[in-house]
Amino acid sequence: MACNSSGCESGCYDREKDNGSKISVEDVVAGGGNQESVCVKCKCNEPMTFGDGGSEDGKFCAECFRNNVFGKFRLAVTSHAMITPSDNVLVAFSGGSSSRVALQFVHELQIKALKNYEASRDRSLPVFGVGVAFVDETAAFPALSTEMVDAIEWIRSTVSSLSPPAKDVYVVPVESVFGSDSLEARDRLVKLLDSVPDDTGKEDLLLHLKMLSLQKVASENGYNRLVVGSCTSRIASHVLSATVKGRGYSLSADIQHVDARWKVPIVLPLRDCVRLEITRLCHLDGLKTVELACRSQCGINDLVSSFVALLQEENPSRECTIVRTAAKLTPFYFNKIPETDDSNVPMATQRRLKRFNLKYDGSMTTEAFCPICNGPLNRSDSSDLDTFEEGQEADVLYAACCSSCRFQILPEDGSSLEQFSSFLPDHMISQVKHQKVDSQAHLREKIKDCLLLDDEEVV
Amino acid sequence: MEAKSKKAGASRLCCLCNLRRPVLKRPKTLQQICRECFYEVFEEEIHQVIVQNRLFKSGERVAIGASGGKDSTVLAYVLSELNRRHNYGLDLFLLSIDEGITGYRDDSLETVKRNEVQYGLPLQIVSYKDLYGWTMDDIVKMIGLKNNCTFCGVFRRQALDRGAALLKVDKLVTGHNADDIAETVLLNILRGDIARLSRCTSITTGEDGPIPRCKPFKYTYEKEIIFYTYAYFKKLDYFSTECIYSPNAYRGFAREFIKDLERIRPRAILDIIKSGEDFRIATTTKMPEQGTCERCGYISSQKWCKACVLLEGLNRGLPKMGIGRPRGVNGDHKMETKKPGSVAKSIESKQCGSLDF
Repeated sequence: MACNSSGCESGCYDREKDNGSKISVEDVVAGGGNQESVCVKCKCNEPMTFGDGGSEDGKFCAECFRNNVFGKFRLAVTSHAMITPSDNVLVAFSGGSSSRVALQFVHELQIKALKNYEASRDRSLPVFGVGVAFVDETAAFPALSTEMVDAIEWIRSTVSSLSPPAKDVYVVPVESVFGSDSLEARDRLVKLLDSVPDDTGKEDLLLHLKMLSLQKVASENGYNRLVVGSCTSRIASHVLSATVKGRGYSLSADIQHVDARWKVPIVLPLRDCVRLEITRLCHLDGLKTVELACRSQCGINDLVSSFVALLQEENPSRECTIVRTAAKLTPFYFNKIPETDDSNVPMATQRRLKRFNLKYDGSMTTEAFCPICNGPLNRSDSSDLDTFEEGQEADVLYAACCSSCRFQILPEDGSSLEQFSSFLPDHMISQVKHQKVDSQAHLREKIKDCLLLDDEEVV
Repeated sequence: MEAKSKKAGASRLCCLCNLRRPVLKRPKTLQQICRECFYEVFEEEIHQVIVQNRLFKSGERVAIGASGGKDSTVLAYVLSELNRRHNYGLDLFLLSIDEGITGYRDDSLETVKRNEVQYGLPLQIVSYKDLYGWTMDDIVKMIGLKNNCTFCGVFRRQALDRGAALLKVDKLVTGHNADDIAETVLLNILRGDIARLSRCTSITTGEDGPIPRCKPFKYTYEKEIIFYTYAYFKKLDYFSTECIYSPNAYRGFAREFIKDLERIRPRAILDIIKSGEDFRIATTTKMPEQGTCERCGYISSQKWCKACVLLEGLNRGLPKMGIGRPRGVNGDHKMETKKPGSVAKSIESKQCGSLDF
């Protein structure tokens, strides 16, 4: 099996491709001699047949298959310092198969850490904490309210059925980012979404609000990592949809293993596992999932997903290729867990930090982010920010957004834009203002060495 | 919502001139405009692209890669119009490549020959037969329908440069439109080709090579080109048939997807190009060092250029040579030196060695 991992340096992907015909010949020979086939890896157990028509069906035994997927997860976690012993990790759990597997794997990691902790003499490595968060989107999809109640019930029982250490479950209403008054917040959310003319834009805005509510619950409850279970397939779709939406510049920020531009860094430990593996694993381990039909069936995102599915059918490694291509784009400075020189972190933890060296181009750092989608802004996009010195709030918002959000999320005419910005969560608006100050400070920083006097009057 | 308000305002009249009845909704802007305004904005946009990107300098000799298809026919027409209207001061030429595909290229070349007369632009035809000693018909006879596009593509690239050198032009323009470029961006992502991804959106390429190429239609929608030819169809004379050797299923995937996207969001094509321009690709990525081919003198990063490798394979009856991973001539050069006879023979059949770059 190709390791499917962009981080894999062993070149097994290439090797397999080159020798593809050779391998199959060997298989045929082996199969011809012995009707009772064995796992191609351990050569002793009976391989699993999933009958899902996917590639590599009937090649690996259950254990080898499981180890492979878990191995990719663990490699991602350890090589990017996603979870360290002193961390407190919040798993974003939607009930879908990817996040179910993410939860399961994080749980297994925690059990192992606990075992090590109990076995060690000096107990220098604490066990990281795990919490689970579910975003309740009833406010955006009133029709799903009964399913949502069932799903929440199911999630609570699923999490409590995991063996100890106990995990807290947080159910976060998506409107929580608008304030604590739930009725008013819900009203603002509905109005905000209604004022977005484009279907795809509405979908993207909701997804972003979901992330904001996860961030909110994570930081309010003392978590310092947010685990999101996006798999390769999901990220491949994101690569193409971001390209189609003209978000080529910010794309490289979204698809790395770590995204620390948020208050609580987001980590994607399942980035190197494809959906087929995830669903097989759920099937294998009897992991139950619940899918809520929240997504619209028309729009750019859906079209892209079906295109990727079509490509995947034609070539089973296409999703990996897409993600690998995008991973070659230069990441941003925040695409790694920030270094801690904190003396609170025990030496034992610090010693264990292994990091892959991501290539950074220092000159390519960005300071400005789109207040709507939090995507880093290209210089050419953000340059006109300064032209709106004394403009109205709505104009400033328009100028501060990335071109993609301007088109698909912001309403076109002035008055509805004014209204739209009044519905936005307060901290988005304050971000716009901060950004302006930041960008001026940044400009000043650039010419600092030419300034003769260090006060404002000079400029 | 937006469409509604526009309809209410301009259901009867063109929303640019407010005088005539609109005949089309521009795919790019969704404006409903009349035929006359369409011609004007279509041509003006291309003029703006040319001016803003400083594609040409006054007094330059420019060859238009003309296949006889709609894109290059419209390009030849529009460029000669704009050259006259805005005094670019360009010497324009038509340059056609005769791949030697019976039933396809011979017919389309007839169109280009008529265009030569219609627009008064001198035409140069360069044929594979003359350059390489092989026509595509011969090549397909030898290697079959699979992989023949590799030969055609490699040969055409070089043939265009050689034709351009014959005409002594400073630049070569091609009719690649926005849809083509968006498609290439997607394909490069799907293929994992980061080097091509970084350069496929440049409006001018090969500036360090002998003859730079540019694409004035970079931001022009295929639909608008089709409409332009359709509206002009009595005047514009072009040839529309798919190449008979290229069923091209894989590109078809991406093309279909782009058409679907355009239906939902016409702007998506320009957004893909924008993404392609904005991708953060480290400029420090090692690029292959550019040299010249030892056999024919054409630019090449290897000992021999790709065309020479492929040609060598054809002449030696080993057409698989040079397809797929590099091995053979450039990778395994010792084998070559052992058989001087075969090399000498194949140099004879290559007629282009004398062309100078």
